Amino acid sequence: MNHSAVPAPATPASAPEASPVVAVRNVTVAFDGPPVLTDITFSVAPAETRILLGPAGVGKSVLLKIIIGLLRPVKGDVMLFGKNISRMPEEELFALRVRAGMVFQEGALFDSLTVRDNVAYQLIQEGVPDDEIDTRVHEALRFVGLAETFGMYPASLSGGMRRRVAIARALIHDPELILYDSPTGGLDPVTSTTIIELIVKQRDVHATPALLVTHRLQDAFTLCNHRFDADQGCMVPLPPGQTNPNTTFLMLEEGRIIFDGSLEELLHSQNTFVREFLE
Amino acid sequence: MAINKLDRTAKEIVLTVQEYSIFSGRAFLNLFRPPIYWTDFLIQSDIIGVGSIPIVVLAGFFTGGVLALQSAATLTEFGAAAVTGQFVSLTMIRELGAVLTGIMVAGRNASSIASELGSMVVTEQIDAMRALGVDPMRKLATPRIFASIAMLLLLTIVADAFGIMGGAAVTVFLNHQNGTQYFHMAYEHLRYPDIIQGLVKPLFFGYILGSIGCFYGMRTTGGTEGVGRSTIQAVVTSSVLIIFVDFLITHVLLSIFPT
Repeated sequence: MNHSAVPAPATPASAPEASPVVAVRNVTVAFDGPPVLTDITFSVAPAETRILLGPAGVGKSVLLKIIIGLLRPVKGDVMLFGKNISRMPEEELFALRVRAGMVFQEGALFDSLTVRDNVAYQLIQEGVPDDEIDTRVHEALRFVGLAETFGMYPASLSGGMRRRVAIARALIHDPELILYDSPTGGLDPVTSTTIIELIVKQRDVHATPALLVTHRLQDAFTLCNHRFDADQGCMVPLPPGQTNPNTTFLMLEEGRIIFDGSLEELLHSQNTFVREFLE
Repeated sequence: MAINKLDRTAKEIVLTVQEYSIFSGRAFLNLFRPPIYWTDFLIQSDIIGVGSIPIVVLAGFFTGGVLALQSAATLTEFGAAAVTGQFVSLTMIRELGAVLTGIMVAGRNASSIASELGSMVVTEQIDAMRALGVDPMRKLATPRIFASIAMLLLLTIVADAFGIMGGAAVTVFLNHQNGTQYFHMAYEHLRYPDIIQGLVKPLFFGYILGSIGCFYGMRTTGGTEGVGRSTIQAVVTSSVLIIFVDFLITHVLLSIFPT
């Protein structure tokens, strides 16, 4: 682990002064009992990738669902693409959600539909012609390296393949924001690396802002100290000591954000929980 | 302690009724507001309607047969065996055709709707659909409810027809009575109010079984065990509601069209 990480020159231009894609302000979430999330505040800038770390059951997935309006906060405001969605009617939210892509924990593919129909789900609803759908689905599946699964059903795919199809489904609409909910959870190291490579590729090629939930430090560090090499067509390590300047960290503990900053700041944090988590 | 439990249960019942009212109200309004997913409506019509034909035909045929068997014995005592046709057709068309079909189709389809939607909830497919900008109420619930209403109406007609045929088969082959007389009596004493009564009920029953199946499916919690619980609740609630609503509709229709 590199303890003197230096930000590498940004591949896509970072724009910290631009209005954030997501802004969460003093959000508290509770169901039937004590709050799951308390006074959460952070933002995601254009072209920024934020990695949300924390142990299992701390409310990371809930936070992602809050951001896209699948759950509502009891207190605070959530701004998505500049609009406050905290109390926005569900009908109005659908138009905003179309602009974002979400990769669910287990893929959440529609098991009665083929891979083609899963990936093209949004396009089919919009009435896009079949020929165009086929072309775009092939393109999306090639991006995730699963062109051969076009006519297959999710049941015949492995766990890793399902996640990659879910990524293709989230990307086919050229989203302005991507939310990844533990995309490598429960997968073997090789498949995890394949998925992380896809996320790095999307970050470096399309500069799409993203929020990634994980409890695997290895994946988080790989995202930070690798870049996608378009010439070689694969992910390569950044020079020693350099990190991606657009990739930053958040850490949750007991429903509160206890860290918000860069990899270097994370590595030098004196917070006891952060130190324990890193060790 | 007991009071607290009673209080909690009562609140849960009131909350469920409130949630169902909002849910079914939204689903009903969606029937008249675009986008309406016609392809999904046709697919569900095939599953609910065509798929239920065998059970409805068999249930209708044998119910008509039983009615003929039971009534003939009693009617013969009064020298009125000739009115078996009238008895069977009126009973099937006014009451049993609709109720039996409603309960049979509820057992088959309210359960399948609840388990299908419940599985989608626990595997986050419903959330995925919402995240993709598609309203699950419009895409999943409304076509199923719409298809249940349309198909139950047609299935009730099928059940009525086969019930009358079942009665005819018993009358001719077991009771050795005249078939022409049976059909003449079955047709001659039939009035429009009887037919209206028989065709209004399935509209309500279809709405009940479709909306209850979707309601319990969509509010599933607790993994696969929760799916099973939702399925049971959907079947039990829709069956009981069908019988209760049948009583109410019969009461109202009899006051409008007195016999």
